[in-house]
Amino acid sequence: MRRPIRHWKSKMKNRKCMNEITDIENKKGLQLFAQLVSEISSSTKTNDKLQSLIDYFATAPDEDKVWVIAIFSGRRPRRAVNSRLMREWCLEIIGIPDWLFGECHSTVGDFSETLALLLSEVEIVNPRNENLGFYLENFISIEKEDESIKKKFIVESWQQMNHEEKFVFNKLITGSFRIGVSQKTIVNALAKVVSLSSSIIAHRISGNWDPVTTSFKDLLGENSSVTDFSKPYPFYLAYAIDDSVETLGEPNLWQAEWKWDGIRGQMIKRNNEIFVWSRGEELMTDKFPEYFILKDLLPDGVVLDGEIIPAVDGKPLPFAVLQTRIGRKNISKKQLQEAPICFFAYDLMEYNYEDWRDKPLSERRKKLEEIILPIHNKAIQLSPIIDFNSWNELAALREKSREKNSEGIMLKRKDSVYKVGRKRGDWWKWKIDPLTIDCVMIYAQKGSGRRSNLYTDYTFAVKDGDELISFTKAYSGLTDKEFAQIDYFVKRNSIEKFGPVRTVKPELVFEIAFEGIAASNRHKSGVALRFPRMSRWRKDKRVDEINTLDDLKEMLRLYGR
Amino acid sequence: MANLISFTDKGLFCEAGNFYIDPWLPVERALITHAHSDHAKSGNQFYLCHKDSKPILELRLGMNNYQTVEWDEPIFMNGVKISFHPAGHIIGSSQIRLEYKDEVWVVSGDYKREDDGISGTFEPLKCNVFITESTFGLPIYKWKPQQEIYADIINWISKNKETGKASILISYSLGKAQRVLQALKETTQTIFAHGAIFNMQQTLIDAGWDLTPVVRITPETPKELLKETVVIAPPGAEGTSWMKKFYPHSIGVCSGWMQVRGNARRRNVDAGFALSDHADWNALLTTVKETGAERVFVTHGFQDAFSRYLNEQNIAISAEVKTQFGDEDEEANSPLEIKNEEPKMYE
Repeated sequence: MRRPIRHWKSKMKNRKCMNEITDIENKKGLQLFAQLVSEISSSTKTNDKLQSLIDYFATAPDEDKVWVIAIFSGRRPRRAVNSRLMREWCLEIIGIPDWLFGECHSTVGDFSETLALLLSEVEIVNPRNENLGFYLENFISIEKEDESIKKKFIVESWQQMNHEEKFVFNKLITGSFRIGVSQKTIVNALAKVVSLSSSIIAHRISGNWDPVTTSFKDLLGENSSVTDFSKPYPFYLAYAIDDSVETLGEPNLWQAEWKWDGIRGQMIKRNNEIFVWSRGEELMTDKFPEYFILKDLLPDGVVLDGEIIPAVDGKPLPFAVLQTRIGRKNISKKQLQEAPICFFAYDLMEYNYEDWRDKPLSERRKKLEEIILPIHNKAIQLSPIIDFNSWNELAALREKSREKNSEGIMLKRKDSVYKVGRKRGDWWKWKIDPLTIDCVMIYAQKGSGRRSNLYTDYTFAVKDGDELISFTKAYSGLTDKEFAQIDYFVKRNSIEKFGPVRTVKPELVFEIAFEGIAASNRHKSGVALRFPRMSRWRKDKRVDEINTLDDLKEMLRLYGR
Repeated sequence: MANLISFTDKGLFCEAGNFYIDPWLPVERALITHAHSDHAKSGNQFYLCHKDSKPILELRLGMNNYQTVEWDEPIFMNGVKISFHPAGHIIGSSQIRLEYKDEVWVVSGDYKREDDGISGTFEPLKCNVFITESTFGLPIYKWKPQQEIYADIINWISKNKETGKASILISYSLGKAQRVLQALKETTQTIFAHGAIFNMQQTLIDAGWDLTPVVRITPETPKELLKETVVIAPPGAEGTSWMKKFYPHSIGVCSGWMQVRGNARRRNVDAGFALSDHADWNALLTTVKETGAERVFVTHGFQDAFSRYLNEQNIAISAEVKTQFGDEDEEANSPLEIKNEEPKMYE
């Protein structure tokens, strides 16, 4: 349940008073946070990261802790200032041309860091030593204000900060913090500083809470009284099986299901309301009006795990169809008809307001069937169990996954409990081999983050007679060493430069692996690939040996729908 | 009038004087700005270099026909007046000034403006045409004063000691290592070094330099002796089994590329210190302005951006030049992480 936003103002007044008192002992909220970010991003070991977080949570002001939990779990205030304006103000301060900013940005690979580096000579006129919360709450309050007020706040803030502070400040405004800390690490760190178990913490920090109105006590106090009916459970995620399935032992200990290519979702029916969460903990209820009717059809106090996927007559449609629905605010009648969304339920986490995650899968499945089977509605169905007696038989069935618009098979031990996060042992995904095509690299662009100043983002082409037709980009799948070698090649074999993009002598051949193919009029080639990545650098192949546009079209015909 | 220096397949060529500067293919007569391997190649019949470069060239290229000069000591070749001037990059590094028929050209080689105490004090030279490097020719590269960086390194070392770790500092064996060692002289009693660093340091000490001595690590060096110590190693040793001897350890890289956090993260090191032997953006601009050159050729680095900026701001008429410099210099080429010095485990 979203709390009304109007509370934040009065809350902020309270905060002010609190600040004045706590300021004496906690002088350096933003500095502490900047130090945390710098430690986490420079350490290479999970244990060191964990220790940095524990130290942080043990010393930081309470209001900042709440914000840090919010930020690392994707709950940030709406962007108060767009990056175009920040770029303008930066150029104005340091007096360089816009194109030079562009060069710097493509070399650094990170907008916030580029700004911080360029502004390194801005003198610290008056260090302010505010808390993190101060800045985030200001972002909220300037969001609707005039440009001049925004500018004053941002520029003055820059003038009060050192490099590390500027960097995190810019990050807080413009982007997400992707610094290699999993939710699990956050939870484990918190478990060391508050007297709650990890699973309770994981549950408490998920769901629908607002860092502006939630205090650290509300969130992680021993007896927090706030009831949030929307609160989801953390998902249990499977690893890909790395050995052969035979190593799993007796087939009859395992339940097999199709692995669907949709969006993993959690459906909650509590207090006569429906809530739908994505795996990324985004509340998506409003995006799928098809599910509203389930408010009247599902029993109260039930939480389901399943797949959000478009389906007609109980048969799933390709992911490309789902994509037409994601990211749209208003859904047209036409879309509702062409991409009707269904929920393929495969697990039960809560029944009758009782946490069922510690019961064995077989028991959960039985109850799940009891709940779903009587509901005859196209918005929900059971994800079927695959009958099989031997691993060989299952392997043969798996080969037919693509026909069912499935990515392969899920294997779950029948006696498994529902765990938190990605765990080995009881659940495995057994995906089908990807589709592949050989092609040549024709454009390259510098990457970001740890690929800063390296050409790592490539565009590939297939042959069409004498022409090369670009059809996909790919960024991943190679080793650091291979990227370094390709970077070396690009720097010496670039033909032309278009902004950050270099055209490259078409010489390097790669095998691209992908999960699906769909028709697209946005690309010259007429196709769009799902999850393309470089599976191999074909040093053994020459450009005249790559696949053709006709090969690609044939794949579209076979697997496109 | 024909250009005094032309850019050829073999390198920078002075036709009037019939010699090359830092050629990358073998030639008859080569003038060498400094001893880094992308500027000083083997196979030339004659080498002219600053006297401090000679011992290093002998170590790296063996015995050759070397002639040395002092700084600001004029030499004539076919009527071209040649002189070497401090570039501040590494020991012996020089700018090369050519004067012919009332025109002056200066080749910068690699340079830095901050005086590190051993590489000479860079002096800007008035000239008509300036050929400058641009390794760090973007405004994101602005160095902190070296004393601040040294303090950061020293703090890092004592933090490592507190947690029982050895501190491994990755520094290029020629240039960066000497500089870092000088900085640590006061605070660290015994400094250990990889064979490549030891050899270079010893060569320079033998040549009469008052440098910090290091202890060479050999297979016989007992592990206990290395606990919580400071070790200097070349980039090639990074990530090899040679490092295991110092466990538990923390790895820090000293390089201008560490200015950008992504580079440090990619190298999977624990600390990055943006300590560079090259001019930063401001130093490049200042230098170009102080030379008063009407024309500026920009070589290895961000030559397109730096050259465009000089033109647009009417600082000079500028053009970028493709050379093979930077290819094998660790600092000039960090993104590739080319291991110029093959990590011989123990030399």
